Amino acid sequence: MKFEVNGNEVFASTGGRPFDKKKPLIIFVHGSGLTHMTWVLQTRYFAFHGYSVLALDMPGHGLSGGKSLKSIEEMADWVNDVIDAVGYKEASLVGHSQGCLVTVECTARYQQKIKTLSLMGGAGAIPMNPELLNLAENNDPKAVDLMMDWAHGPAGHFGGHPVPGLYHINTGGMLAKSRTIKETLGVDFRACDNYKNGFVAAKKIKIPTLSILATDDKMCPVKEGKKLADLIEGSKVDIIDNCGHMMLLEEADRVLKVLKKFITTNYPPLNS
Amino acid sequence: MSDKKVPNPKTYKFDTLSLHAGYQPHKNAGSRQVPIYQTTSYLFDDVDHAAALFNLERGGHIYSRISNPTVGVLEERVASLEGGTAALATSSGMSAIFLTVMTLCEAGDHLVVSSQLYGGTVNLFRLTLPKFGIKCTFVKPRDTEGFKKAIQKNTKGIFGELVGNPGNEIMNMPEIAKIAHDAGIPLMVDATYQTPYLCKPFEHGADIVVHSLTKWMAGHGSSMAGILVEGGKFDWMQNDKFPTMTKPYEGYHGLSFAEEFGPTAFTMKARAEGMRDFGPCLSPQNAWNVLQGIETLSVRMKKHCSNAEEMVKYLMGHESVAWVSHPSVPDHPDHELAKKLLPNGRGSMIAFGIKGGKDAGVAFINNVKLASHLANVGDTRTLVIHPASGTHSQMDEATLKFAGLSHDMIRLSVGIEDIDDIKNDFEIGFRAARKPRLVSNQ
Repeated sequence: MKFEVNGNEVFASTGGRPFDKKKPLIIFVHGSGLTHMTWVLQTRYFAFHGYSVLALDMPGHGLSGGKSLKSIEEMADWVNDVIDAVGYKEASLVGHSQGCLVTVECTARYQQKIKTLSLMGGAGAIPMNPELLNLAENNDPKAVDLMMDWAHGPAGHFGGHPVPGLYHINTGGMLAKSRTIKETLGVDFRACDNYKNGFVAAKKIKIPTLSILATDDKMCPVKEGKKLADLIEGSKVDIIDNCGHMMLLEEADRVLKVLKKFITTNYPPLNS
Repeated sequence: MSDKKVPNPKTYKFDTLSLHAGYQPHKNAGSRQVPIYQTTSYLFDDVDHAAALFNLERGGHIYSRISNPTVGVLEERVASLEGGTAALATSSGMSAIFLTVMTLCEAGDHLVVSSQLYGGTVNLFRLTLPKFGIKCTFVKPRDTEGFKKAIQKNTKGIFGELVGNPGNEIMNMPEIAKIAHDAGIPLMVDATYQTPYLCKPFEHGADIVVHSLTKWMAGHGSSMAGILVEGGKFDWMQNDKFPTMTKPYEGYHGLSFAEEFGPTAFTMKARAEGMRDFGPCLSPQNAWNVLQGIETLSVRMKKHCSNAEEMVKYLMGHESVAWVSHPSVPDHPDHELAKKLLPNGRGSMIAFGIKGGKDAGVAFINNVKLASHLANVGDTRTLVIHPASGTHSQMDEATLKFAGLSHDMIRLSVGIEDIDDIKNDFEIGFRAARKPRLVSNQ
């Protein structure tokens, strides 16, 4: 669906079901340079099971208007603005990669509104390789190719997408190239590199939090994810083996199973 | 991730993908070979799981008409080799073309189509699709400007074979893609003759690629199969020409394929709607057979192309041959374009004219011993046919002429046998062609 936030049109997938304000809201926040489509194997389940879902296209990404936001802090405030814009007083947040930085910061800032926090492939900081950053900021498609290489684990490199016929390395690459690379991935990488508040923000979080990490994640290794989780009071950690950073596609079913249990327990659906 | 020199991406290359893409042994009991899932249907964990699969909430298999794990490996493998986002395998190349058109078009729509196509494809576009209310305008493949002129308000796409069957005329794919994209419509290319080893159409602007996998991709000539592959770049939401891609679809709870699946929307719709409603599914056994062929695709294509270039030289110097058409020939009108679009080789299809016309052609075909006379191309074995009396025999004189066919034309699909044996066999054919009556009375 489309709606406005701060004067710009925003697109969010509702998981194939009508947006229903009577149902509890789950907001999904994508990673660097990507779009709402990375969440298709999680959002549709929740949308069909008692939740209203918004898988956002961040400003300047996917089908959303405006320009990419330049800092994680701005993105965190913007997610809070989304909750207001759609007329909700509370929501659960789910983030992937850069989306984890955004949702951690958002939760720390607006703790009273956020009911659960689910982090996939998250870390407290995501410093960028300067050369990779340079490639993305110079609109070089090699930045996307490298990201797709590093974002998939050894098993994921062979394919084996849960949806028959889809080849996820090429699909992910196409998503990241769907808009101008320097205006999406370049801005996002710079925002990640600049963000230094992750560990401070994590300490402020007092709501149910889940970190889903993957053994073969080269971009946000398990060690870094655990470091973040350890700072969040009562945080749960689930580790998916034989899987890389793109766990939400590489091991969509296993991720959904863990996510489903955590969210439905801590933030029950309508008519549960 | 910081402070290290950036290497080149280490995603797997063509030859590795040919052997491995789409398959993870550890998820299949450690089976090194892709298992043949010879089953019609799949157990649901519970009612919730069943509903989730039907609602496209999660990936998985329901019924082998829609998808099958063995077929799924083939689909991913071909998508990876083409550089595409997704693929859908079908029971034949023709069903892949039909499914592509029916996913794209509705009654009242129009297509611009290259005139130089396999005869069956010509008949689909000329005679069968009009029965569904879909009309076509044919344009000669080299008439790039003609493609532009033929576009109408209701045109939904351009379709062609990259290298036309059987005359070897080459579409200027980059320019025709630009014409299509300027009009807000996709370019669909049948790249059967090239396979992804010789040409990656998505790199030259194509949006949908179809293959008859029966041919070079499989190579062994044992199994019928087809596939459509999606490039993922085409923006279905850029205009209002494709409401079935962009508007809520009643058949899946108001799903908008373009919004929900973006770069894989076309394949998702082709499967969810086309495969569900038309059902031209590929059998797991045939998918497995094709996978065996794809494992050696690059090795075979190199030999096909080197043998073809040898045969071109041989035929060009032969007293019984009137003309030879192959993109490797320097005076072929598309020689330069072929170098650009087909950098790894110009393919193994040769058309040549035999001196003595139709009678000589018939005598040649009837007398070769090694080359097989049959209605297929892209087998590892050398194949020959006389199109005017075979593959294109259902066309009238005018259509034959428009398709660039002549009565003296022999279509040769060069195999990977020893090149001297192929030449020796052709000598037998040519000797007979020079004395057609004598040979036919023997």
